[in-house]
Amino acid sequence: MEFVSPEGLRLDGRRPTEMRQLRAEIGNVAKADGSAVFEMGNTKVIAAVYGPREVQNKSQQMSDQALVRCEYSMANFSTGDRMRKPKGDRRSTEISLVIRQTMEACILTHLMPRSQIDIFVQVLQADGGTRSACINAATLALQDAGIPMRDIVTSCSAGYLNSTPLLDLNYVEDSAGGPDVTVGLRLLSCGTYGYTLGPMD
Amino acid sequence: MRNLQLSFNQTQKVRLEKALERLESLSSKSNPNSCVTVGDTIPVYEDGILKGHGTSDQKGELAATVCGVVERINKLIYVRALRARYKPETGDIVIGRVIEVVPKRWKLEINFTQDAILMLSSMNLPDGIQRRRTAVDELNMRSIFTENDLVCAEVRSSQGDGSLQLQARNQKYGKLERGQLLTVDPYLVKRRKQHFHHLEEYGIDLIIGCNGYIWIGEHVEARDKMVVDQGSNSEQLIAECDKNSMDLDEQDGTCTPREARQNICRIANAIRVLSRLGFNITVEVILETVNLSNSLNLDIHDMLGSEFYVLVAESEAERRSLSKRKR
Repeated sequence: MEFVSPEGLRLDGRRPTEMRQLRAEIGNVAKADGSAVFEMGNTKVIAAVYGPREVQNKSQQMSDQALVRCEYSMANFSTGDRMRKPKGDRRSTEISLVIRQTMEACILTHLMPRSQIDIFVQVLQADGGTRSACINAATLALQDAGIPMRDIVTSCSAGYLNSTPLLDLNYVEDSAGGPDVTVGLRLLSCGTYGYTLGPMD
Repeated sequence: MRNLQLSFNQTQKVRLEKALERLESLSSKSNPNSCVTVGDTIPVYEDGILKGHGTSDQKGELAATVCGVVERINKLIYVRALRARYKPETGDIVIGRVIEVVPKRWKLEINFTQDAILMLSSMNLPDGIQRRRTAVDELNMRSIFTENDLVCAEVRSSQGDGSLQLQARNQKYGKLERGQLLTVDPYLVKRRKQHFHHLEEYGIDLIIGCNGYIWIGEHVEARDKMVVDQGSNSEQLIAECDKNSMDLDEQDGTCTPREARQNICRIANAIRVLSRLGFNITVEVILETVNLSNSLNLDIHDMLGSEFYVLVAESEAERRSLSKRKR
């Protein structure tokens, strides 16, 4: 199948290094301390942050820093076919862990000892790049909650199809079988350095 | 101004925009460049500055760790976050909900990073006598406060590990009954001399907690009597207390009158509208909003509608411009 036309246009009319349209909103979940909705093209993700608040499981309490917990789930209606198990399956657990490690590296946890920060991310519409959209939404929600952070993390996915590197894959390109990578970038004031997360297959 | 889920028609939108513009122009002239997001460098113009909250040293430069406004006071530079959890200071009046009853203390949830602790020794015993707390007192802790009770207390101290200690030794503090609790963002409540207000014309007690919890309740007489009797000797106190506890039982039997309930709801809705608009919550503003709704003969539920919302914004803009002109 042809993913990049001879003129250099992708299936949805984008150039290979062009991103999808971005849209973000904060403050959607009234009861949460911070919340954000992030859209990358057709992928739509909502993140809610609760905290810092009292640790619910006393055995996990850390006396010198805050405990960061993250839960990633996909809504049943987010994919083309109705999802059977929205959370608890292996992929969700892996992505929850990845998001938690990413955000924990940025949050200044030593400023809030003996407390807990909960990040809940849910995918409302999945069209490729849900991992990156989740990280972006989580960053916005944490900033909305006023939680001190070292810097902002942004994320995007990239792949390689038809001998062309492509930026910000959608679902069709993602499931095409080529290699893809999701990169999280910390924007430090001196410039950027990134680290990769996610399977490269 | 979060969660604006009201639907405005065109004229209302225009009026609201105008009122908000007026308010913005009247607000204190803070430099628009002073807003920062996480990771932004804060310009430093002199040496020997003190790095306050919300800042961190990144490779020799001062960077912000929260999104907010940069404040400079003498040599101190800090970033004031726009929305965050409550930041306690000693002497603050707070309202909390009992989460747990553990040996010798109660744990209260007060919109802070951890639950606050109210020690049994920081609480007056029901019979009012000052004595050492015995094991029997410990077993009877649940009769004073049990889970899910609302308690009004004062911040006594904050410990080294960040936890908060409260005290409720005054007659003004204690269990709150027969009323409604509202939560607003803590930054809307400024520290004042008075946080307890008794609104005579409505017969309502209003407690504005510094942690953003606001209590609106039916006025309770029993407490006032106890304040008067604090000077008398202990025997008289015990006799009074027995009488008062009987009175309270009678009160439990009777319901709050309808009039009082309507007033409570009216004041609560006024506070909801004010917090949605992002105005500071003070007694004067609340009373003005309630008077406005009364003068318009609005039904209580109409107060949460879009028309009243726009009217409150307009009247606040008017009030501020008037007070500025007076100066």
